[in-house]
Amino acid sequence: MSPDAIDIVPLEALLERVKEKRDRGCRLVQISAARLPEGVEVTYSFDLKNRLSNVRVLLPDDGTRLPSISAIFGCAVLYENEIQDLFGVGIDGLALDFKGKFYRTTVRFPFGSTKAPAPPPAPPAATAAAGPPQNTN
Amino acid sequence: MARTVIPFGPQHPVLPEPVHLDLVIEDEKVVEARPSIGFIHRGLEKLAEKKDYNEFLFVAERICGICSAIHGQTYCQAVETLMNVSVPPRAVYLRTIWGELSRIHSHLLWLGLMADGMGFENLFMHSWRIRERVLNIIEATTGARVIFGVCKVGGVRRDIEPDAIPGILAELDSIEKDMRDVTKVFLNDKSVKARLCGVGVVSKQEAWDLGAVGPMLRASGVAQDMRTLGYAAFSDIPVVPITRTEGDCYARCAVRCEELFQSVEIIRQAFNRIPPGEIAIKVTGNPAGETITRTEQPRGEVVYHLKANGTKHLQRFRVRTPTFANLPVMLKILPGCDLADVPMIVLTIDPCISCTER
Repeated sequence: MSPDAIDIVPLEALLERVKEKRDRGCRLVQISAARLPEGVEVTYSFDLKNRLSNVRVLLPDDGTRLPSISAIFGCAVLYENEIQDLFGVGIDGLALDFKGKFYRTTVRFPFGSTKAPAPPPAPPAATAAAGPPQNTN
Repeated sequence: MARTVIPFGPQHPVLPEPVHLDLVIEDEKVVEARPSIGFIHRGLEKLAEKKDYNEFLFVAERICGICSAIHGQTYCQAVETLMNVSVPPRAVYLRTIWGELSRIHSHLLWLGLMADGMGFENLFMHSWRIRERVLNIIEATTGARVIFGVCKVGGVRRDIEPDAIPGILAELDSIEKDMRDVTKVFLNDKSVKARLCGVGVVSKQEAWDLGAVGPMLRASGVAQDMRTLGYAAFSDIPVVPITRTEGDCYARCAVRCEELFQSVEIIRQAFNRIPPGEIAIKVTGNPAGETITRTEQPRGEVVYHLKANGTKHLQRFRVRTPTFANLPVMLKILPGCDLADVPMIVLTIDPCISCTER
């Protein structure tokens, strides 16, 4: 795949570009995320008549949230939950949100996070005395 | 009517691997299915940051035990694309032969599991008996039965000697005859048809919109097979996708049955055309750039997305496996089905959860 097969768009144009793909009859092949020094790059791959086309957005590491495309491609929910769990990307409008429980990883956000993870709530004194805290990841 | 939630999995007789569904039922009808996966997430993609790109091939081959050969092949193809490496033609044919043997043993494994799920134990044992003979060919040619480890960046590690080819082809003829007998039962037996026909129907449009791949997509009438892209030896050996239009469990079973014979024919053609010559070239340097490579696994299209920055470690290794793509369509067809049909519907996507979670 040459770099020109990837259509890099600003975040605001993502949903519109994805709708265009759906209206043209494309199939959502995958959503892939990659950690870069400047943030997380999210690539949406589409297939039409065996031709692959890609739309890409870059999420800076400042807590910027990704709009869900699950209202356009219902099957996107699994990919988006995966990205949420592995890359710590906040996603708005998920049709089915597993709230960080899609994968049960022992390391939270193994590929880093675009947002500072919320500090774990302090256990109540009585619970803390009862035993060690449970790992809920 | 009162609703009941029935947990299905992660441990269930029809599930070779753990996936969990909360089935919301009214009387005997499923009205909602809530999935839960993540029991065996292994973090293999993250491991690419720590392993040399050549070492990582052994990890890629272990994403799945059943599709191991094609995982290795796809990984090598992706790295070779990044490094602009041309693989010797003989190696390309050998990869194709082992890939199709892998498809046959995967489909036979699935047919056996399907028969077992229906309670047709005799058919299950016959399917796996034939599969053993395919594994014997794989063992004789690669030294291993399931995870072959024959691919490497730049070619393959082993050759098949010309003297061995007539024996393999004769064995394949015999296996094909046995497969005809077994698939006749899958396609014509009254009890099998009663369990599969009209169950879990997916329309062509639904299958496409929900991103289904492989036999799941082709059984709904979409003629899509990544082998038509012409990778490996498929530029010389054209593949016509096998399709059905019913979109039900029976159609998905029938597509896999017919693909068994298609793969046998591909192997025959590959052995007839395999050119002499070397089986690998030396590859030096490190990969750089980005590629998205697609091949056809037994379960459907697999997607490898690689990013490399010229170091010995990949910057990003991401795999979208066929089962991951087929889960949404499975969740779509479960509501409305009878509770007793859930195992059949789940099985007909040929779920591989290890692949899915990587």
